[in-house]
Amino acid sequence: MKEGEQLNLYNISAAPHIRDDVTTASIMGDVCLALMPSVFFGIVHFGVRAMFIIIISLATCVLSEYVYELLMKKKNTTNDLSAVVTGLLLALNLPPGVPCFIPFLGGIFAIIVVKQLFGGLGKNFMNPALAARCFLLISFAGIMTDFKTGEMMWDGSFLKGADAVSGATPLACLKEGESLHIPSMFLGIIPGCIGETCLPAIFCGAVFLKMRNVISFKIPVSYIVSFSVIVYAYGIFCGKGSGLSFVTAHLLGGGLMFGAFFMATDYVTSPVTDSGRFIFGVLLGILTAVFRLRGSQAEGVSYAILCGNMVVPLIEKITMPVPFGREKRKYGKTQN
Amino acid sequence: MNSVSYKYISGPKYHLRAGIHPYDGKQLGKDVKIRECMPGRELAYPLGGHIGMPAEPVVSNGDRVNVGNLIARGTGTLSINIHASVSGVVKEITPRLTASGSVYDSIIVENDGCYKSIAYAKKKRHYMHMKKSEIRNAIKDAGIAGMGGAGFPTHVKLTPENDSRIRFVIVNGAECEPYLTSDYRIMMEWPEKIVDGLLIMLSLFDNAEGIIAIEDNKNEAIILLNEVIKRKMHSLADIYKGRIRITSLKTKYPQGAERSLVYSLTGKKLNRDMLPAEAGCIIDNVGTVAAVYDAVCFGKPCIERVITVSGDGICHPGNYLVKTGTYYDEIISAAGGLKDKCSKIICGGPMMGRALYDIRVPVTKFSSGIVCFMEDDISQQEESACIRCGRCISVCQMGLAPLMINDMANECCECGCCTYVCPAKRRLTQSIAALKTSRKCERR
Repeated sequence: MKEGEQLNLYNISAAPHIRDDVTTASIMGDVCLALMPSVFFGIVHFGVRAMFIIIISLATCVLSEYVYELLMKKKNTTNDLSAVVTGLLLALNLPPGVPCFIPFLGGIFAIIVVKQLFGGLGKNFMNPALAARCFLLISFAGIMTDFKTGEMMWDGSFLKGADAVSGATPLACLKEGESLHIPSMFLGIIPGCIGETCLPAIFCGAVFLKMRNVISFKIPVSYIVSFSVIVYAYGIFCGKGSGLSFVTAHLLGGGLMFGAFFMATDYVTSPVTDSGRFIFGVLLGILTAVFRLRGSQAEGVSYAILCGNMVVPLIEKITMPVPFGREKRKYGKTQN
Repeated sequence: MNSVSYKYISGPKYHLRAGIHPYDGKQLGKDVKIRECMPGRELAYPLGGHIGMPAEPVVSNGDRVNVGNLIARGTGTLSINIHASVSGVVKEITPRLTASGSVYDSIIVENDGCYKSIAYAKKKRHYMHMKKSEIRNAIKDAGIAGMGGAGFPTHVKLTPENDSRIRFVIVNGAECEPYLTSDYRIMMEWPEKIVDGLLIMLSLFDNAEGIIAIEDNKNEAIILLNEVIKRKMHSLADIYKGRIRITSLKTKYPQGAERSLVYSLTGKKLNRDMLPAEAGCIIDNVGTVAAVYDAVCFGKPCIERVITVSGDGICHPGNYLVKTGTYYDEIISAAGGLKDKCSKIICGGPMMGRALYDIRVPVTKFSSGIVCFMEDDISQQEESACIRCGRCISVCQMGLAPLMINDMANECCECGCCTYVCPAKRRLTQSIAALKTSRKCERR
């Protein structure tokens, strides 16, 4: 061989030499786009204040990721857009009337404590936005459960008559045994967190994500179905009137839909296997039902998803795929 | 689908569950007829590169050889014979770089440009009058090795422990690798060879059924072969009747991978330790089957093959009939040469092929294509953190979880699907292949 003459003419790399166009940033971008209807509705429904909360949350999340990585001399990863998604999700999970320090504190907690301290993107074992929300819920219980806004643009009075905006969420009303107005719950003209109330907006985003092949409906469907079954049975056996309207109120009233489509489907904190995703969804349904029906608080989705996140490694362990042409392995045991 | 009879075409038994649909780029070379490409002054015949032991040279420096002369004999069980593809003089036997990246002792022959050939069988021999052992010897003498890329000696494949246990002889015309069109062109231009080659192989296995497996994006080939089979069936002896059919497979990568193919056609799942023969299957690529036909009917050794030259970096993409030993750079210049900004040259297809840094390497019996790309983002792409999206699991045909490079690594067939879909651009296949190699070394 003629040394040094013809070497390094062409690029080399290991096969495969072609790749899909999908990147981490494109996936995160799709999630951001999918959240836009909810953001838009939140701002229209809850007013400019909601917009400020979203902006503060976004800015805090992105900045804290940037600053942390700068200080720790790590590679800057803000352009993968994962911090933007966390910021949006956190804001959409906050009541519209919270003071400005709430999204600020939440954003820092989500990014620094939950995400970066555990190793950054892909290494956090809890959903950062939800963990931050629960942190705020525990630390500032009063603020975080106060849904009075005073400046709601559409207060829904044209649907339900005056005195509709009591500040209590439908779930809280449900817990007190009050009756609810289903159409306004569906459209989201009710008190609640910024992004969780409007179902059409949530569905638009979910269908978009499904079409872009970002999420599968395994988790949301198994979540919602298992939850409905339990709540329906509870409604019938524990005398909550007609089981069906009880279920509908529970499905539409709180953060269930938003949680099922946008929080439970978070890649990092949900199982990677298809059968695992199904089990995960069912588990979330059971936990949410238990928390909502027997718990001390009206809402249970956040805690259910966080608890579900904890058992993801176990679910993955029992649902690891079987190599082609091999016998199913004993759980936990490795081959060879 | 009206007046024509399609009675020899059927669907697969099972569809592949996983797999991907990459941009296939086949329109570049699909309709370009096979052209002959003449070698340059010098040819190199690597003694190794196939699965078994390197062949042993039977010529020495200064010997004269003619086209078809044996120049190295395969002595090990998995070795193959190597023949000269030009006439000329043996210059030297020296280590040379091959397309696989390894350096093998190679016989260098100086081409005199006369292409003086040894005498093959004068008359077409008819396989129906040949004994099974004669057929096998003809294939062994011709030095045929799997032309799909693995380089497994065909005579070994056709000599399983128990002939009567073989239920299916499969011709692999799936050609699922993007850009490659050589198998498709062979089927379009020499359909008789394929059908006859398959009948030759069927005559070795009395209980077997012959299946030509083709992806449904190559419909023209399916229809053409159906016609040929129909024509042939009239003139055939009764023992072959009803034993041959075409299966139209779903277009999907890696449909043509051996284990995927066996599953699609028979429903049997082979694991890594099993050979297709254990599921009663013998699988050969269309190029191999055509070579078997030439070897058995004419005694012609395996000295040429069809190779696709494609990609956006080549001036005239197409399919070329090249003599083994020809250097890649000569084939590339025959295809109009590279465009100025061509940055990557791949030996084989883009999914499983190997990037070449030097194109002065010889064509072997198992080089299926040369793909040249103008832009190469892949070698510059940076890996980022795994976001656990699970895409790699859903596309893995072998039922693995590539994101957890773990105890399952040994099962990997290195098809590359997981790396293809990874949004974080992680080099999963590379890591798994490296792990496999290190495990192999540990075991030794």
